[in-house]
Amino acid sequence: MNRREALKSLSALAAVGAAATTRASATEMTGYPTDMTVAKDMLPRPAIAGGARQVLTDDTAERTISAVFDRLIPGDELGPSATEAGCVDFLDAQLADRFGAGASLYREGPKRANEDDLMQTPQFIATPRERYATGLRALEAYAQARDGASFADLQPNRQDEILRGMEDGSVQLDDAVNTKAFFELMLQNVREGYFSDPIYGGNRDMAGWKLIGFPGARYDFRLYTDRLGEALDLEPVSLIPRD
Amino acid sequence: MANWKWIAGGVVVVAAVAVGGWVWTTVDTSRNAGADDQIALADFVSDDTDAIARGEYVMRSADCAACHTQGQGDFAGGYEIGTPFGTLVSSNITPDRDTGIGAMTERDFFDAVRQGQGSKGMLYPAMPYTAYAKLTDQDMHDLWAYMSTLDPVSNAIDENAGMGFPYNQRIAMLGWNMLFFDNSGFKGDAGGADRGRYLVDAGGHCSSCHTPRNALGAEISDNYLQGARVDGWYAPEITSNPHQGLGQVSVDDIAAYLGTGTDGHAMASGPMADAVEHSLQYLRPDDLTAMAQYMKSVPGSGVTTPAPMDLTATRGALAYEVNCAACHGVSGEGMGLLVPAFADNHAVLSDDATNLARVMLLGARAAHTQAAPTGGGMPSFAWKMDDAQIADVLDYIRNSWGNAARPVDPALVTQMRSSLDARNKITAGE
Amino acid sequence: MATNQKADVVIVGLGWAGSLMAEELTRAGLNVVAIDRGPWMDTSTHTPPAVDPDELRWAIRKELFSPPKDNTLTFRNTTDQVAVPQRDFGIFELGGGVGGAGFHWAGMAWRFDPYDFEIRSRTIERYGIERADDGELQLQDWGITYDELEPFYDRFERIAGISGKAGNIQGKINAGGNPFEGPRSREYPTPALKTLRSMEVFNDATTRMGYHPFTIPVANLSQPYVNPLGVSMGACSYCGFCLGFGCGNYSKSSPQACIFPVLMRRKNFRLLTESCVIRVNKAEDGETVTGVTYVDAQGQEHVQEADIVCVTAFQVDSTRLLLLSEIGQPYDPRTQEGSVGRNFTFQTVSGVDMWIEGEQMNPFIGAGGLGSQIDDYNADNFDHSDLDFLHGAGMLTLARDGLPISKAGKLPEGTPRWGAGFKQAYKDHYQTYTTIFNQGSSMPIKQGYLDLDPTYTDKFGQPLLRVTYDYSQSDRNMAKFTMDRAVEIAQEMGAQHITPFNFADKPFTTAVIASDHVIGGTPMGADSRTSVVNPWLQSWDCHNLFVCSASVFPMNSGYNPTGTVGALAIRAAQAIVEKYVPNPGPLVEA
Repeated sequence: MNRREALKSLSALAAVGAAATTRASATEMTGYPTDMTVAKDMLPRPAIAGGARQVLTDDTAERTISAVFDRLIPGDELGPSATEAGCVDFLDAQLADRFGAGASLYREGPKRANEDDLMQTPQFIATPRERYATGLRALEAYAQARDGASFADLQPNRQDEILRGMEDGSVQLDDAVNTKAFFELMLQNVREGYFSDPIYGGNRDMAGWKLIGFPGARYDFRLYTDRLGEALDLEPVSLIPRD
Repeated sequence: MANWKWIAGGVVVVAAVAVGGWVWTTVDTSRNAGADDQIALADFVSDDTDAIARGEYVMRSADCAACHTQGQGDFAGGYEIGTPFGTLVSSNITPDRDTGIGAMTERDFFDAVRQGQGSKGMLYPAMPYTAYAKLTDQDMHDLWAYMSTLDPVSNAIDENAGMGFPYNQRIAMLGWNMLFFDNSGFKGDAGGADRGRYLVDAGGHCSSCHTPRNALGAEISDNYLQGARVDGWYAPEITSNPHQGLGQVSVDDIAAYLGTGTDGHAMASGPMADAVEHSLQYLRPDDLTAMAQYMKSVPGSGVTTPAPMDLTATRGALAYEVNCAACHGVSGEGMGLLVPAFADNHAVLSDDATNLARVMLLGARAAHTQAAPTGGGMPSFAWKMDDAQIADVLDYIRNSWGNAARPVDPALVTQMRSSLDARNKITAGE
Repeated sequence: MATNQKADVVIVGLGWAGSLMAEELTRAGLNVVAIDRGPWMDTSTHTPPAVDPDELRWAIRKELFSPPKDNTLTFRNTTDQVAVPQRDFGIFELGGGVGGAGFHWAGMAWRFDPYDFEIRSRTIERYGIERADDGELQLQDWGITYDELEPFYDRFERIAGISGKAGNIQGKINAGGNPFEGPRSREYPTPALKTLRSMEVFNDATTRMGYHPFTIPVANLSQPYVNPLGVSMGACSYCGFCLGFGCGNYSKSSPQACIFPVLMRRKNFRLLTESCVIRVNKAEDGETVTGVTYVDAQGQEHVQEADIVCVTAFQVDSTRLLLLSEIGQPYDPRTQEGSVGRNFTFQTVSGVDMWIEGEQMNPFIGAGGLGSQIDDYNADNFDHSDLDFLHGAGMLTLARDGLPISKAGKLPEGTPRWGAGFKQAYKDHYQTYTTIFNQGSSMPIKQGYLDLDPTYTDKFGQPLLRVTYDYSQSDRNMAKFTMDRAVEIAQEMGAQHITPFNFADKPFTTAVIASDHVIGGTPMGADSRTSVVNPWLQSWDCHNLFVCSASVFPMNSGYNPTGTVGALAIRAAQAIVEKYVPNPGPLVEA
């Protein structure tokens, strides 16, 4: 709505909004776009809090990843465990989103044998969603084969032992699973869940941020730049506060 | 929207009094007799460069280009407006004989601009002839000289083809004119002592937006320039009122605002940005000063400054620090010529908080001018905040750093979110 | 195939280089069309303060970058290996939208050192030819001196509003600035940002050690500013969301914040978004180019003809576009003949992570480029006679390290990475961590180059670019040397826990992000046999083709590249207006 339209309607004809002359994603642009609302693609994509599982629909898989996450970040007097903080909700939402689909990855073949060595990091054509499916299945199978029980039902010490083995390379779950890389994927994702904005399903009540004293989605610290070396104890803030 | 009632009212009036005896005062064009009625614009050549230059200035002050230039050639018309009654299109006012106004004589031109009587019949009052009626003969002659220098553009426009019956009947405008059109011309010294009033009332047509209207769409003279809603915006009070008007704003600041889009505190956006970009930035400093002086002399509304709200129990301060401070400043000081201040900015204190609610919901862009070309953007918050949160943060900026204003009703935000078709606060899983 | 109306100039890629050139060219009255493969992006509609502070989305998922799915390349260390594709995000942080990488950059805004531009001549002069020609290195001068570029550095800094403290104004050394920098014509347009805690500790220690710390010049503005184009910028609010992020309050210089407000409103400028240039079209005579072919968002091919083509894409894309267009002779590492793809370099990085017990760094307060640096071991500021390397590193500490996911791995050696021990350690050390980052130079080598991959292709079926590169022995030695100095500084800073790191003690890889500064491929120079463009950035092969990108640097210095890209872009655009347009043809005889 601009002034011309407004004038016309004032003079007895009500305007209902003319089409913007320049679309934000138009191929050809001259001048600035007229729509000043935040572009739809840029809006956050929050997780469905307490919603039905979208990817981790298999009970065993959910129990396994929950058990792993709670060993990686256990609950204690410093704060909630990973699952208590919503990290499995977070993971499910991420796996359902672009991340899980490997939407940003170059997945063209051929996959060469020397990729991991040259790159010095494991390379995958599989998506994270696929890697979780095979990885969790392999982990459960490993526990069943070695301990005759579900991974989730093992004693915490034993769970830690297996996880340490995955981490240092001494445990190989399955020929099809790069076990060390799968451990790193889970560790990275649980940290993401614990320390990312609560809108993504984890970091419930900003427990992760409170643990270390990170004040969250703030955008102005000019009130504090002269207080060098002081504990500021700023209240953490979410990108989309609930209150 | 309330506006459609106005035209409905106008049509009713036509039905009742269309042939009444008091028609002729509003259609009387005898005061245009000084205009030439022989030479068509397409044939008219002026060698009076001073007149042409003055005429261009009149064109700027009357903001003709804003409506008559729309990507189809300068002044070639084609600007579309959707209405509940159909689409209106601005006309081609280049000297093209067939599709523009090339066949008009100077007299025809005077009749159209000052009395709304065009070559195709009555103009819709979308063309602000109600204000242009006050343009002096001299300014009209100069404008005519300027129009003759425009490049003719062949661009056929059917202005009201998109209007359905009965709104495509131009004669319907007669009734409205009979009731409300003052055809008496400007009274005073347009080039001297009354210069400010002349610029505000004639070419500037400020009251078109800033004066509230009655049920039939006519300006209420008792509330002249005291602020009015304009389709989802609020054209604020621009009188001497000290709270929400210009009473406490200096003449220099007002002139700077008009000429550049900002005085370093307030910042033009929305319809006012258009006015600044297309028209006011081209005016001479002395004219802007005259306009400012005049507006500060206009009697204000009785709106008073309330006691500031007590916000100690609210979350407004945190919301401000998190969402607003990075641009508007930790103390509401704004950011140079880029972002408006809140402290001591009377434009944010109006009882009517329409503009604030609107820019929170949809965002806005500031005016861009030669002097201040940036045109910074205000982001939209409709996706992030609900109506009460928006009202809370607005209360905060209106009642901090020495500001004091009346509470913003969350219902206003609710109503505007609906009428502007702004999105709702984001929910999970969208 | 559709053909658009011919333009005077077509610009390929509207990042810093493209928009600086477009601004100069349109101001001179030329009709300019810019083509960018990304979508429109702007401050308030795309990265406002309510969208920006989201570490997961922008720093971890990197959603502002062009993803490898759309734009990647292949890599190998040596010519006897088979190159493999970079599948996930690596060192190539390409812009995902209009504004290019200039939209998401951190904001360190350096000038290169006078030594850099004449690195071959000056090395030979001071250390002898055997140091320059050691068999591995391929040093060459830029064909331009620092003094020639100075006015354009100044212009870029004015447009971007850079905040800093000059150390050398016309030869006079200023306290508080960098005493080693090349002479500047005047002070920075805005003062330096505030000194935050990590910087304070670094400054105190390095001063005690006899070094010369100063605040890094940055595109995170210390105060509101109006640039020479009339564009207003805001003041940095120290939010810390810069590298990989947009900027919500107009305080980080970018094409959007500094140039678009005037450029986009010029009637002789048009922008085509979501349109990917796939080829520069050569004329029949082979002496000139006729324009470019691009693919729009619907997959339709178009031709945009123009009298002048400016390739201003990211370094790898500019190089690849020339190779795909078969302009110039590709570099051959066996013979060192040919020039397109020559002198790929990187940034040789080492340093230390450290933890100072009892400290309260408040690391979430900061800005993308904010930090302190010493240049005592950068460029040729110290005597290399008895050292086994050339050049050096800018050694800096940062004030921007508070993002909690990214930092979760930054814990002292021996600390558990998970479990209860991790929680306790992260709680204890989040506030005590700081770093010294040695941003080391990168010397060109005969075996480091870019060409087209024989196997892997992009979504248009065109070959990916192939990187062949490994660190030179000189660079490895330099990284080790500066790492040892960093350890000494960390000790002086009082760190109880010190973890040195050195990316160059292993082979180079594109997958591990030591830096995102990739350089070379279309080097500039005065000798047409060893360069792709002449000192005016004009192609030696087609005189109406200009290339401006970090691809034109013949080597990389111990500084971030953007300031030098900006200066070169302005200089090239002014040469087009003042020299080329009046008299089209080669500006330098080959």
